[in-house]
Amino acid sequence: MTSEIKFGGFGGQGVILAGSIIGRAASIMDHKYATMTQSFGPEARGGACSAQVIISDDKILYPYVTRPKILVMLSQEACNRYLPEAADDGVILIEEDLVHPKGLKPGMKVYAIPATRFAEELGSKMTLNVVMVGFFTAVTKLVSYKSARETVKSSVPLGTETMNLMAFDRGYEYGQALT
Amino acid sequence: MDGDHACCEGALAAGCRFVAGYPITPSTEVVERIAARFPSVGGMFIQMEDEIASSIAMQGAVWAGAKAMTVTSGPGFSLMMEHIGYAAMTEAPCVFVNVQRTGPSTGLPTQPAQADMMQARWGSHGDYEIIALCPNSPQECFDLTIEAFNLAEIYRVPVMIMMDECVGHMTEKVVIPRASEITVEPRHYTTQKPEEYLPYKAEKNSAPAMVRVGNGYRFHVTGLTHDERGYPSTSLEIHDRFVNRLIDKVRNNARQIIMLDETDTADADVVVVSYGITSRVAVKAIQAARKNGINVGHLRLMTVWPFPEKRLHTLASHVKAFIMPELNMGQMYLELQRCIEGRAATYLIPHSGGTVHNPDDIYQKIVYAARHPRKKKETAK
Repeated sequence: MTSEIKFGGFGGQGVILAGSIIGRAASIMDHKYATMTQSFGPEARGGACSAQVIISDDKILYPYVTRPKILVMLSQEACNRYLPEAADDGVILIEEDLVHPKGLKPGMKVYAIPATRFAEELGSKMTLNVVMVGFFTAVTKLVSYKSARETVKSSVPLGTETMNLMAFDRGYEYGQALT
Repeated sequence: MDGDHACCEGALAAGCRFVAGYPITPSTEVVERIAARFPSVGGMFIQMEDEIASSIAMQGAVWAGAKAMTVTSGPGFSLMMEHIGYAAMTEAPCVFVNVQRTGPSTGLPTQPAQADMMQARWGSHGDYEIIALCPNSPQECFDLTIEAFNLAEIYRVPVMIMMDECVGHMTEKVVIPRASEITVEPRHYTTQKPEEYLPYKAEKNSAPAMVRVGNGYRFHVTGLTHDERGYPSTSLEIHDRFVNRLIDKVRNNARQIIMLDETDTADADVVVVSYGITSRVAVKAIQAARKNGINVGHLRLMTVWPFPEKRLHTLASHVKAFIMPELNMGQMYLELQRCIEGRAATYLIPHSGGTVHNPDDIYQKIVYAARHPRKKKETAK
């Protein structure tokens, strides 16, 4: 089985790190194949930014995501741009205070979470991407809880592990309650 | 990790301890990691004022005894051309990394291309040979960087690692073996006494041995044609012998140098020849074509220079059509045509870069080629 996932937001939200955590959890912890490519403009902060992750049981050849089954959208601009690419039965995960999806198709399923608010409650807005990783893990079940959690721990800056694990758990629990 | 970071780790594993560079997208992550990692193992990274200075600072480090590398992308690679010739002429074992982006000029900095392939081979003036490798995954960025350093030491030539933005910025699992499992070619030092040693005297088809600085050997490095002692010479006989050795040490060892990854070519009617990121897209098309009963094989060039002319010539005796997709408007395709000599049909699938091919374009060409075999040479289209 092959899953195509697209993470989108603006530069600085941790979009790439979120994609990278999911890919690492799948390839290093769950022993599947995973490939991540990124698209970004010349600017370092702001601007649209996306991480494309493919997870597969077989070796991945074509490196880009063409018709994502799963979208994880952290900004309105990203959602406007990437929603038309998504599969008709796509699963759309959104940051509900920042994103209002337009042009949803009837077969699509939307899962919304106030990730930024949760991150702020936990003490750092910067962990919103990790809240989304927890939410993603619960909703999609593409990577196991244990693998994703371990990978969060080893991917975030030293000294921020506890806060990030709390962010992960918050997103995970919220996602479990919805599914 | 991504391909850029894997390239840095490969350089470390190969024993590289000096890198000079001028950061440029999409190769910046290579030197970013080098700047962080090299000092911890006694290595050094210098951010130079430009690419011209980077490519010659690297060669200074070579003569001082270090394994050295420089890293850039298209615009910087253009500035380095003079010093590729200097490295070839002085037989400085060194590695040039070019993470290719779309050109010409500054082009599309954050998007891939494979359009510097001929420049890598012919960019400097005069007759010389280089070696160029083309990885198609982060794992190969690690593996082939080690191989590049090994080849540089054996043949004393500049070795190019021709990555592209897609491979450089692609993140996949990379397995780094234990140091004891990695083959590293040490610098070949002379065993002769200082009074017997001639710095540019070499056996046929090979490179001369080097010396450790400060050990009493006389040594001279010059871009002028030089004799076996290293002194400039205007003798046509010396020049002829010297240039022929520069060429022969690569051409006559092509069989040892060239690495190919070949699948299902033995009974193939159609063979797709590809390299770098394009090879992965090609495999997707090939798998689809085989599923539909087309006898198609794949020849992946891990070494692009020297070009595998003997292998292609042999394949042309039974293969009816060759297809080459590349992220340029027809570069290595010219080499393919040269080697096939009209004995089979040849088809180019050009692409102006910025992304990779659509696998379906390659698939359609395979189907077409299977129906139109052994046609007369087609013009590059």
